[in-house]
Amino acid sequence: MLLTLLLIPTLTALAIMLRPARHAAIIAFIGSMVALVWACLVWNAFDFADSASIQLAASWTWIEPMGLSFSLGVDSVSLMLVMLTALLIPLSVLGSWTAITERVREFFLWLIILEIAMLAVFMARDLLVFYLAFEFTLVPMFFLIAVYGSTNRARASIIFFLYTFTGSIITLVGLLYIAWLQWSHTGHWTFDIATLTATAASMTASQQAWVLLALCCGFAVKVPLFPVHTWLPLAHTEAPTAGSVILAAVLLKLGTYGLYRFAMPMCPVAFNEYAPLIATLCIIGIIYAALVCWVQRDVKRLIAYSSVSHLGFCVLGLAAINTTGVSGSIMYMINHGLSTGALFLCIGMVYERYHTRSMDELGGMARRMPVWTFFTVFFVMSSVGLPGLNGFVGEFLTIFGAFTSGQPLQGLPTTGPLGPWYAAFAGTGMILAAIYLLYFTGHLVFGQYHVPDASRGGGHDHAHHHRLPRDLSLREVVVLTPLAILCVWLGVQPDAILSRIEAPVNQVIAAVETASSQPLAAIMTEDGEGH
Amino acid sequence: MLDRVAILWPEITLLITVMLLMLTGTSKDKDLRRAGSWIAAMGLFIAFVLAVRMPEPDTLLPGLAGFVRPAACVVGLLLLLGLGSVDTRYEIEIDGGRRFDPLDATQGEFLCFFLLSLAGLMLCTTASDLIWLFLALEMTSLPTYIMVASGRSKIAAQEAAVKYFFLGAAAAAIFLYGFAMLYGATGSLHLIDIRAALEAQAASGGVSALAILGLTLAIIGISFKIAAVPMHFYTADVYEGAATPVTAFLAFVPKAAGFVVLMLLLSTALHLGEGGQAWPEALRVLLWVLAALTMTVGNALAMWQNRIKRVLAYSSIAHSGYMLVGMVAAMEASGSAADSPTTNGFAAVLFYLVVYGLTNLGAFLVLACLQRRGEELETFDDLEGLWDRHGGYATIMALCALSLMGLPPLIGFFAKLFLFTSAIRAGEYTLVIIAGLNSAAAAWYYLRLAGVGWVKRPGTAASEVERSPSGGRRFAAGLSAIAAVALVLMTARLITAGNDAVRLRTSDVVDHHATLPDDTSTAARH
Repeated sequence: MLLTLLLIPTLTALAIMLRPARHAAIIAFIGSMVALVWACLVWNAFDFADSASIQLAASWTWIEPMGLSFSLGVDSVSLMLVMLTALLIPLSVLGSWTAITERVREFFLWLIILEIAMLAVFMARDLLVFYLAFEFTLVPMFFLIAVYGSTNRARASIIFFLYTFTGSIITLVGLLYIAWLQWSHTGHWTFDIATLTATAASMTASQQAWVLLALCCGFAVKVPLFPVHTWLPLAHTEAPTAGSVILAAVLLKLGTYGLYRFAMPMCPVAFNEYAPLIATLCIIGIIYAALVCWVQRDVKRLIAYSSVSHLGFCVLGLAAINTTGVSGSIMYMINHGLSTGALFLCIGMVYERYHTRSMDELGGMARRMPVWTFFTVFFVMSSVGLPGLNGFVGEFLTIFGAFTSGQPLQGLPTTGPLGPWYAAFAGTGMILAAIYLLYFTGHLVFGQYHVPDASRGGGHDHAHHHRLPRDLSLREVVVLTPLAILCVWLGVQPDAILSRIEAPVNQVIAAVETASSQPLAAIMTEDGEGH
Repeated sequence: MLDRVAILWPEITLLITVMLLMLTGTSKDKDLRRAGSWIAAMGLFIAFVLAVRMPEPDTLLPGLAGFVRPAACVVGLLLLLGLGSVDTRYEIEIDGGRRFDPLDATQGEFLCFFLLSLAGLMLCTTASDLIWLFLALEMTSLPTYIMVASGRSKIAAQEAAVKYFFLGAAAAAIFLYGFAMLYGATGSLHLIDIRAALEAQAASGGVSALAILGLTLAIIGISFKIAAVPMHFYTADVYEGAATPVTAFLAFVPKAAGFVVLMLLLSTALHLGEGGQAWPEALRVLLWVLAALTMTVGNALAMWQNRIKRVLAYSSIAHSGYMLVGMVAAMEASGSAADSPTTNGFAAVLFYLVVYGLTNLGAFLVLACLQRRGEELETFDDLEGLWDRHGGYATIMALCALSLMGLPPLIGFFAKLFLFTSAIRAGEYTLVIIAGLNSAAAAWYYLRLAGVGWVKRPGTAASEVERSPSGGRRFAAGLSAIAAVALVLMTARLITAGNDAVRLRTSDVVDHHATLPDDTSTAARH
């Protein structure tokens, strides 16, 4: 079942290679839609009553002496991210329909190859398969930025690649160390994630600290956390629209997913011990990036920095190590994917018309593009965290998780190393987010109407085969509508996700707590049974 | 003596082919002269078949020949394909009406040297004593000096050859000196006896300083062959000066021979004593420093180059550094025979060597396949827009460069993976981190190499780039790109074979693979 989900995009990629370039977009769209439908079937086949265990597992031996097997399987958290990936690819394909005019075939080929890699990351049950796919996402993304990006693309793509590649090599060393520990216990290699997690959790505190550091090298760069975020604004700004969408919506989640799936359960003691440090970095990132957003004149760069700020909340929720925080964080991953992805699409639509991203040159779009304005304001509200839309749920839960972390609340023992102060500082990030996003809306959407001179825009227009209407075309509305519907639905019905991911999240938290403090864990398990 | 010859049939085949080529190369008949490449390929193929079927020699690492010799033949065949006709000037002049003069025909000679050098590499693997080791190593190197000089008419090639020759001679002197000391310290030339003597020394108060000094000098001498820092200075100039197919040859054959000899030499001092204790500490430190320096210097220099052959030259230094990590790892792991294939440093080095040989070849051959106004491509600018004009080459270059970078899921990743696991197994975390950071640094220039054909639109310089006439090169380059992808499926078999190849000879256990009775070969040795 899951293998088919990988084979569909693989076949699509082959078809794109074999057919002439003018068919590439349509093949990519059909293929990714089939993959989306298949992902829905996977969702349907998944038994949510038992959401904490790996389901739909399949495994093939690959490199026997290395204990490497090609194993796939999902629990409900990875399933959510698989769904997100499968949804965003067809929308990105549709969104790039007219934007790409050169090397069209290669563009859609890289996009579909990227889909294969991302799906494999979330479905991998073997550590090395995870790592292979994790690293391989760099190649298609590199080419998407380097070939189809804007002016500064060469530099952006190389910095993006080197930054993440360097980090993840250190991660590989950490993962190999765990595999070696397992080998030295049992005498044979295995890269089964469940087995290795158990092995890793039995390491001493100092070993765990080193492994955590190694893992964070790769994952923190990918998220990105505060001091290692510098690649992101550049990559986001220079990437083509579809690239930015995928980068923000899915690739950044590889980092948080890695932290959730590997760093937390593998180094529970160390994670518990260093969670305040990680949370501090998150808060610095939240506030710093928000302040940077405030002064941006480049709209794409603004949204890029807002990603740094938002992902700070996401990791903050993980560092809270309680059910509220961690499930809020996973909720946040999906929400950020939807609303930031949509914002990048909106900006891409304006860019395609006026070939500028500067707020100095654009303004008052509401008068000319009412439909676009509706969607943009809608997604800005979702991103700000307006109650009733999806962004609010994730933001509230992560901050609430950080607040209650380590605080006894209504007599229930709550766990975690953070406290109200972390929540208070993170909360300022929410206020700043409202400021910069409304400021952005005020300038770009409302305010004085002005667009670049026709002479400047006209120069670019020669390259365009398709004339775009002044406001959004039907195709563009079709791209944005599903995202908008999901934003409302998840805002009103967050339980659709929260209840489904509760069991695996609790499992991870229980693992962390058991390892880091024995007596507290005992209480928690009793508590868990009480529910 | 005769049973010693019995294991050398592949080498003997190559020598017979060399003699045939001497004759056909000077023939008046044009077709016969041009058939030289086919004859050489035939010889290599027969040598391959024989190498697979040969019994194991009675050496310190008896399995080594069974792995390296067929691998050398396979890479040799690809190199031969890629060679095409390196020096066609003479043939063109003949076509233009010049009278044939056997003294001026170099094509046959060139193929002879090519095969002789390969035979030297294969002989290294069967070496049982220091003299043999030295002769085999020199047999690998000497023809390469001439190949560098005669493969190209440019003056740079002559300069490169002279540099290469003098530095090579100096290096040979250094390791010969080391061999002499080793002989002085142990009283024997036979590697098996040397090991026994060193074991005895280790058991009674430690290995003598003379032996360690001898091994140190030998290692430093061999550093030249594998282009390790501080004996790397010739690399960039020589690689750049030589014709590209010859460079591809230099980047693999002498390096492989160097590593084979290094393995045999280090095996004399591997896991001395009953408990399989670690190596003499001095050697471990020496190799550790060599590895770290070689990787770092190689990558640091490669990053600043704009000429592709220089980049590949410096990166080949860095690759030697990675392989030295495997050497360090092999020294520390105890009881390598019982080890799993993926933690054995020597096995990882062999695996890496094959992978590196195949993929590096592809990168060089793409350069050799393309030309601008009859000249080889030199700089990154020449590759701009390659995808639009010659998409196949851009793909081959990208696959080979990404594999050399170690990007999953290409084969280069697994090669690095095994080196890393073996080093982690040996507890060399710092070295692994250094290697990891170096791989990341290498990504800088390999990415440039992989991406330049795509990222930039073709400029005026690029529009003059055209394919060179040799079809064989194209085929060989394609094969090596396929290898970068398809070998992933054979990883398990290859690493297991590598592990079998490097098990230490145990004097008391008669190996059931060997068809030669142990006692006769021991008797023959004395």
